[in-house]
Amino acid sequence: MNLFAQLRFLFNITHSEDIVRRYFVVNGFDGALTMLGLNMGFYVSDNVDLSVVISACLGAAVALGMSGLASAYISEAAERKRWLSELEDAMITDLRGSAHRTAAKVVPLLVALVNSLAPLLISLFIITPLWLADAGILLPLAPVEAAIGLAFLTIFGLGVFLGRVSGRLWLWSGLQALLIALATVLIIFIIGD
Amino acid sequence: MVRIKRLVLDVLKPHQPDALECTKALARLGVDYRIKLTMTEMDERTQTLQIVIQGEDLDFERIKETITNMGCSLRSIDEVEATGAPGTTTES
Repeated sequence: MNLFAQLRFLFNITHSEDIVRRYFVVNGFDGALTMLGLNMGFYVSDNVDLSVVISACLGAAVALGMSGLASAYISEAAERKRWLSELEDAMITDLRGSAHRTAAKVVPLLVALVNSLAPLLISLFIITPLWLADAGILLPLAPVEAAIGLAFLTIFGLGVFLGRVSGRLWLWSGLQALLIALATVLIIFIIGD
Repeated sequence: MVRIKRLVLDVLKPHQPDALECTKALARLGVDYRIKLTMTEMDERTQTLQIVIQGEDLDFERIKETITNMGCSLRSIDEVEATGAPGTTTES
C-alpha cells in the first residue's frame, strides 16, 4: 500500500475524513475573516506603514496556525486515545502492531496539521498583495484594498466548497459566506468611524 | 515440503476496516489466494468472522500479520488442509 492509500485507510478506520474537512473549513474561515478584519482595520485607519500591516497580519497568521495546531492535537489525541482504549476493551487485546494503534498516533497529528495549515496558508495567500507591494511590484489596487478583495474571494471560495460538500447550490452557499464577511466589514466600519 | 492449501480461521474484528477491506488485504497476499469471509456474529463494537483461505501454498505468518495489522484478533484455526509436495520424505 502506498503512503497516500495508507493514510486514506487510517482516516477511513477512524472516520476522520469528515473531521479533517470540518477543521479545514472552520479554521480556514477563521484565517480569512481575521485577515479581512485586520486589513479593514488598517483601511479605516490613516496611513499605516505597509511594514506594520505585514507584521501584524503575519503575527496573526502564525498565532492562528499555532493555536490550530495545539488545540486540534490536544483534543484529537485525547479522543483517539479513548477510542483505542474502548476498542481494545471490546477486542480483549492490546491491538499491538495494528493499524488502529498507528491511526491513534498518526491521525491526531495529521488533523492538527490541517487545522494549523488551513488558517496559516489562507492568511498568507490573502496578504500576498502586501508582500508584492513591499517588494516593489506595482499592483492595480492599493495593497490593503487588494488584500481585502482576496479575503472576500477566499471566503466566497470556502462557502462554495461547503456548498459542494453539503450538496447545496454552490452559489447560494458562497453568497451566504460573503454575507458574513460583509457583516464583519460593516461592524468594523461602524466601530472605526 | 508441506504446502498449506486451505485454512478456516475464527477471527474477531472491529467494525472498521469493513469486511471488504479485510478480504482485499488478504487477497493481496497471493495471486492464487481465494478468500471467503462470513460474518457469524456482530455486537456494538466487534464482529466475529469465519475466514476461509484457499491457495496453492498459503503463507500463514503473512496471513496472521495481515489479520493483526487490520486490528483483528485471530482466535483459533478451525480447519487446515495441507499436502506433501514432491520431494517430501517419509520417515518410518
